[in-house]
Amino acid sequence: MNDTVAMKKRISSKAIREQQNIAYLFVFPYALMFIIFIVVPVIAAIGLSFTYFDTVRTPIWIGFDNYINILTNDDVFMQYVIPNTLKYAIIVGPGGYILSFLLAWMLAQLAPKIRTVLALIIYSPSLTSGITMAVLWRVIFAGDNSGYLNSVLLNLGLIVEPIVFLQSKEFLLTIMIVVTLWSSMGVGFLAMLAGILNVNQELYEAGYIDGIKNKFQEMIYITIPSIKPQMLFGAVMAIVGTFSASGIGVALSGSNPTPQYAGQLIVNHIEYYGFNKYEMGYAAALSVILLMIVYFFSRMSFKLFGSKDE
Amino acid sequence: MRAHKFQGTKINPSKFHPSQIRFLLIILPIALFMLLPLIYIFNHAFKPLEELFYYPPRFFVEQFTLQNFVRLFQVTGSSGIPMSRYLFNSIIVTVLVLFTSVLISTLAGYALSKLNFKGKRLLNEINTIALMFVGVAVTIPRYLIIEKLGLIDNFFIHVLPYLAIPVGLFLIKQFVDQIPNELIDASRVDGANEWQIYTKIILPLIRPAIATIVILSFQTVWNSADTSTTYINNDSLKTFAFYMNTLTSNTNGVAGQGMAAAASLIMFLPNLLIFIIMQSKVMDTMAHSGIK
Repeated sequence: MNDTVAMKKRISSKAIREQQNIAYLFVFPYALMFIIFIVVPVIAAIGLSFTYFDTVRTPIWIGFDNYINILTNDDVFMQYVIPNTLKYAIIVGPGGYILSFLLAWMLAQLAPKIRTVLALIIYSPSLTSGITMAVLWRVIFAGDNSGYLNSVLLNLGLIVEPIVFLQSKEFLLTIMIVVTLWSSMGVGFLAMLAGILNVNQELYEAGYIDGIKNKFQEMIYITIPSIKPQMLFGAVMAIVGTFSASGIGVALSGSNPTPQYAGQLIVNHIEYYGFNKYEMGYAAALSVILLMIVYFFSRMSFKLFGSKDE
Repeated sequence: MRAHKFQGTKINPSKFHPSQIRFLLIILPIALFMLLPLIYIFNHAFKPLEELFYYPPRFFVEQFTLQNFVRLFQVTGSSGIPMSRYLFNSIIVTVLVLFTSVLISTLAGYALSKLNFKGKRLLNEINTIALMFVGVAVTIPRYLIIEKLGLIDNFFIHVLPYLAIPVGLFLIKQFVDQIPNELIDASRVDGANEWQIYTKIILPLIRPAIATIVILSFQTVWNSADTSTTYINNDSLKTFAFYMNTLTSNTNGVAGQGMAAAASLIMFLPNLLIFIIMQSKVMDTMAHSGIK
């Protein structure tokens, strides 16, 4: 009797070990790529951020100097990069996110055929490639009267002389925001749309019996709580998309730094220091700050929409 | 009567109702705004040279022509490499990335969801944090690592950085989570090994999630010029997306615009096509795509 129990135990522990080995085999390729191209670069960025490194000589440990310099000596960073990044990130991030939710919410209330067509139209700009498109945006916003926008505005008599949109301090950031918003209705938008379409219909009927009076209350008390996971997914995608797309200013204006730093965002600042000035330690410190900003926004989204049990 | 009225304003209605008009009034202008740049590319791409020079510029094409595409294919870069070479590179890279990333993320997704091993929780948690990972932030350390690994000017550097997609693994795992354990246990009892379970049970059941990853990966890889700009110096190893960028940023002047539009169209259409084909599967995946 005891023998059989022991034997069973031995067999099962052997089976468990075997399964574990297979599991490692299955996970290994992904984990390897994940570690080399995501985990190690992040750790390296943190390490390098405490050094002076010009890519030629070995990095020299300088403690927090890079961070102190960023915060106290980098006029461009404080005067242009931070305000620009905040303005851009808040409008494109939360702004674009709310817009994509509202669009998804309205689309969900349309008849299926027209809904599919409109959803495809709204989604398709996110399929274009940012940098190739920049060339075409340059035609639309061209600074002489061959530009489409200038031509239209001149024809309507709204302006007397063509505006040099992409080199101008006043317009560059706004154009960047419009262009990014245009292409920001991606998978997050689809997730929220699919989520809303899958909300149990009975919840709404129950809600109206319980005294919900209008569409707004319905959205706040039923729709959003029912699709919290999709809302969170959408938020994370919005944050990532916002920062990933922020090379657009350089692509539009054709120079880094952007004219008078009008469209200088933190990503451009990083590339400028890294690839133009070869101050890799400094650039790494800026990267760490960017990663912290992204992480902060994500934690906020988790606070808003994350489930309580985890 | 009342039930009929409810049909119009409710979520996911089955047919049109006048009460939907208010939403249409808001959405249609937005959709038009979204569509305008796309219509503009289409028209610009098929305009003959004279029309590109028109002043004031005209939005719609009058004399439909394929000139821009022909010139695009004839032009060779300053290095004397024909465009077909770049296109070939891009197709190889894209196919490799799609196949490999689907393979490794489905394998990992199955293991993370249904198999037991040490470090499972940790990997899961790190992967969830990595959903918020922004690649551009670590361009520089990534470059240094790739240089250390001796992968600069290696063709596979177009492929490797795009293989681990945290969002992809995440979506796959959520799909595998929904497959009942009993189904897997039953086939284990029947003598199936893990590989057979993976190929015969898991893969067929998570097809929508795979379709979604294919689209996401395709979009990233096909559109990306970054790897060519940053890690490749040898011109003959660069990709189509990169070629389009140099071409369009170097050819100043009006003639270049037509080619740029043609190039954008070539970049854009495969994305759109794949999405339209797999649209319903994507929506199915997205309905389950939440983070809990």
